[in-house]
Amino acid sequence: MSATRMTIGVPKEPFEYQMRVSVAPQNVERLLKLGYEVLVEHDAGIKADLYDQQYEVQGARIVDAPEAWGADVVVCMNTPPAEQLAHIKRGALLITRVNPRANPELLDAFSQMGITVLALDCVPRISRAQSLDVLSSMMSIAGYKAVVEAADAFGRLLPGQVTAAGKMPPARVYVIGAGVAGLSAIGTASSMGAVVAATDVRPEVYDQVESLGGEFIEIPVKQESADGYAKEMSEDEQVVAQRLYAEQAAQSDIVITTAQIPGRPSPLLLTEEAIAGMKPGSVIVDMGASEQGSNTALTQVDQAVQTSNGVTILGYTNLANRLPSQASQMFGQNVVNLMKLITPAKDGAYQLDEEDEVVRGMTIALDGQIMWPPPPVSVSAAPAPQQAEAKAAAPEVNSAEPPLRWKGLWWKVLLGILAIVLIVMAPASMANHFIVFMLAVVVGFYVITAVTHSLHTPLMSVTNAISGIIIVGAILLAGTGNLVVTVLSFIAMVIASINIFGGFLVSHRMLKMFQRSSDE
Amino acid sequence: MEDIMLISLTPAFDPVLLDGMLRFQTLAYILAALLFILALAGLSRQKTAQRGNTLGIIGMALALIATVVVAVAQSEVTAAVTVGLMIVAIAIGACIGVWKALRVKMTGMPELVAMLHSFVGAAAVLVGFNSFLMDPGNGTYDNAFHMGEVGLAVFIGAVTLTGSIVAYLKLSAKMSGKPLTLPGRNIINLIMVIVSILLIAWFVNTLGVDAGLLPLVLLTIVSLVLGAHLVLAIGGGDMPVVVSMLNSYSGWAAAMAGFTLGNDLLIITGALVGSSGAYLSWIMCQGMNRSFVSVILGGFGGDSSTPAGGSSGAVSGDYTEVTPEEVAEQLKSAKRVVIAPGYGMAVAQAQYPVADLTRKLIDRGVDVKFAIHPVAGRMPGHMNVLLAEAKVPYDNVYEMDEVNDDFGDVDVVLVVGANDTVNPSAETDPGSPIAGMPVMRVWDAGTVVVSKRSMGNAGYAGVQNPLFFNENTEMLLGDAKDSVDAIIAAL
Repeated sequence: MSATRMTIGVPKEPFEYQMRVSVAPQNVERLLKLGYEVLVEHDAGIKADLYDQQYEVQGARIVDAPEAWGADVVVCMNTPPAEQLAHIKRGALLITRVNPRANPELLDAFSQMGITVLALDCVPRISRAQSLDVLSSMMSIAGYKAVVEAADAFGRLLPGQVTAAGKMPPARVYVIGAGVAGLSAIGTASSMGAVVAATDVRPEVYDQVESLGGEFIEIPVKQESADGYAKEMSEDEQVVAQRLYAEQAAQSDIVITTAQIPGRPSPLLLTEEAIAGMKPGSVIVDMGASEQGSNTALTQVDQAVQTSNGVTILGYTNLANRLPSQASQMFGQNVVNLMKLITPAKDGAYQLDEEDEVVRGMTIALDGQIMWPPPPVSVSAAPAPQQAEAKAAAPEVNSAEPPLRWKGLWWKVLLGILAIVLIVMAPASMANHFIVFMLAVVVGFYVITAVTHSLHTPLMSVTNAISGIIIVGAILLAGTGNLVVTVLSFIAMVIASINIFGGFLVSHRMLKMFQRSSDE
Repeated sequence: MEDIMLISLTPAFDPVLLDGMLRFQTLAYILAALLFILALAGLSRQKTAQRGNTLGIIGMALALIATVVVAVAQSEVTAAVTVGLMIVAIAIGACIGVWKALRVKMTGMPELVAMLHSFVGAAAVLVGFNSFLMDPGNGTYDNAFHMGEVGLAVFIGAVTLTGSIVAYLKLSAKMSGKPLTLPGRNIINLIMVIVSILLIAWFVNTLGVDAGLLPLVLLTIVSLVLGAHLVLAIGGGDMPVVVSMLNSYSGWAAAMAGFTLGNDLLIITGALVGSSGAYLSWIMCQGMNRSFVSVILGGFGGDSSTPAGGSSGAVSGDYTEVTPEEVAEQLKSAKRVVIAPGYGMAVAQAQYPVADLTRKLIDRGVDVKFAIHPVAGRMPGHMNVLLAEAKVPYDNVYEMDEVNDDFGDVDVVLVVGANDTVNPSAETDPGSPIAGMPVMRVWDAGTVVVSKRSMGNAGYAGVQNPLFFNENTEMLLGDAKDSVDAIIAAL
């Protein structure tokens, strides 16, 4: 065991701006459980308020820089510059963010060094891999921070208030792009009391937006995504979308733009005109800000600027970095999840299973051999949940149609023919009954479609009680002189009234139990 | 039938008064039908559900009063005798019904509902027989049609009757939940249906009580066998569908009885219940990703006692066992916890400790949600009732679709007595018997703790669950109630 026990090195991040550290003290214990030894560079987490002592308490060993960089597994936030890279030993495993599309020169370096590199920013977008996707975890923090920064720059309260000093309407927050960051921003802003609206090019995120308390505003352009990311739109589509963004921005106090396309410049969402149309005092947080391109025409990367009409534009690129302690812990958890995946035996020695599409997708270099780009992975989970969501949203219309239309066609036709034959053959006096029957079937169907799942059992017991109405049939025939009929009617009355009384009472009992936490 | 009644009216009764009563009856029936519709509409939301139930009761009372008044007015024997009979019958029924309703445990709801369905079926058969005895075949065209209706009412009623009894026996574990798979069972069913149609045809063409009785009795027997056989062939896992399907049948039976008596209230109510039950069955089938026809034809879903490995040896391996103390530690440090209950929770009566645990965790500031699979339990909405009984606020209880994409953000999922509904092979293994069934993706969570009696039990579908051998899954073996109690103690 001890012979194979590998070391995981957590160096101090070499970049000056970097506030975070790749593994937080909270994550150390889990790495130890997997059988690894954890080496943390002296003061590695100091900028994130994570101190050496905290790491030591959790069982990590504090070491100097060369030892941390020289570990069997090195974990860091970003691919380090050459100086630190040189400390990494041949055959070691480097786990970090690489962005290989933007930094092709790194591949050569990895190749020459003969190291293995797993890129935390190249995790395939499949549900199984979600737990190790640092893009998701960092973006969700960034989305929160975007709202906090916006609220800070905004000169008013977010929630509406009625006070002795007057009535103030809530601020309106408009989020463009409902990805991880956007959803997080929507949730944060609505929990702070703002009125939130959001737009995304993918109409299927409608439910997610609404579930977080946002209003979904659809663009009259549709886009489907096969790989889980939003794609670039055609020019026509962009014009339509930009018009919508401009209209919405003009009505809003805070606009948060989250459009980023991996490996490409961020798309322009708000033109100069759109910003000119906004209210003085309003705030834009451009989460897509980058040197290559930003979501607004006037964004200054990493700066807060104010336009001539009084709109503040925040172009901070690394919002997650502004919450370093939490971000470090979440990043560290992603690392832990990755180590769990590649250490199935929990023996402190990783095994890279290149058959596993998650591992394969992340592998940039394997012992110096360049593995990037990986074969494409199609998102396995995407279609199923979307269908499920569609059902949740509109059970009465959409979901009822497609499966029945084809599968049940033959018996529908059969039933239709039978019904026509019956009605044609029936005596004239029956016509009214058929009409009543059909109407009742339709009414029953429509009434029931609205029932929430949790009430299905009470619903069933009430319908049960109601179907005790068959007692009417028994009562009507009870008074005839025929003894047999009377006896049968008597029995029927008894059992039907068991139904009526039992059914209603038991429903009452059940319904009394359903309560809301606020009712207590 | 009302017309016929009018003809056979005893001259002692004032026709003007009777006419007034019939008008009152019409009014009462319209009101009752509306009230029933409002009752079902009210049940769509927790807030209005209790009111819906009350409206249903009022509607029923109105209908009964109107019917009794008219029946007494038309009575061919002394009014006092008729009224006495009715009061005695209803009183007996009321006593039994109230006694049952007060005594039933919430875990026993599916059994009770199944039993009540059988009563509607039985009543429909009796009313059908009565309707025949009062108005046997006489060779006219109208009468032939009436006879056909009687035949259908008896057929549906009898199928409902035995089907519900078998469902009751299966649900209350007085009979094995294993599907009875006779060779060629679909052919047998088809033959019985065809024989029933032929018997109805024979019945329609008879004249008088004596001639008609034989085909009607034969029809009843065949239908009874058919109902029993249909449900016998359906496995325990499909019980939610069966219960709602029988609910639907009982409605159609009432509607058919309404046709035989020419009574619009019965037709409306029966149709309401029938279509609502059909819709519920359809929802359940969606929850299992199976076609309605394939559920009815049965044969899927074995007993819970299928030995592990034997049914699908493909999955096996090491699992991690935890103690309740360790689980308590994890829950304490978790931010978000989701509890996924299944039928095992009902069996172990663990809903109270689970609710208790939930309150304790919420008090500690943990975000606790319940995730309910559409077919969890043995009837639609069964888990919700149990949780409501244990006073879990319904705001904390979510449907599968509402939470399924969020399991990635959850720290700990506590699976209590659920199995097939959290089986990843439904998504990953196309050869699995439950392939394609929507399942709760609990494995996306940080840690999954599965409370389960032992490793030896597969779920109702009889398939082994690879979830149990996952890296992030921990098994808490033992009786669910004891396990949860132990967790609470350790908190």
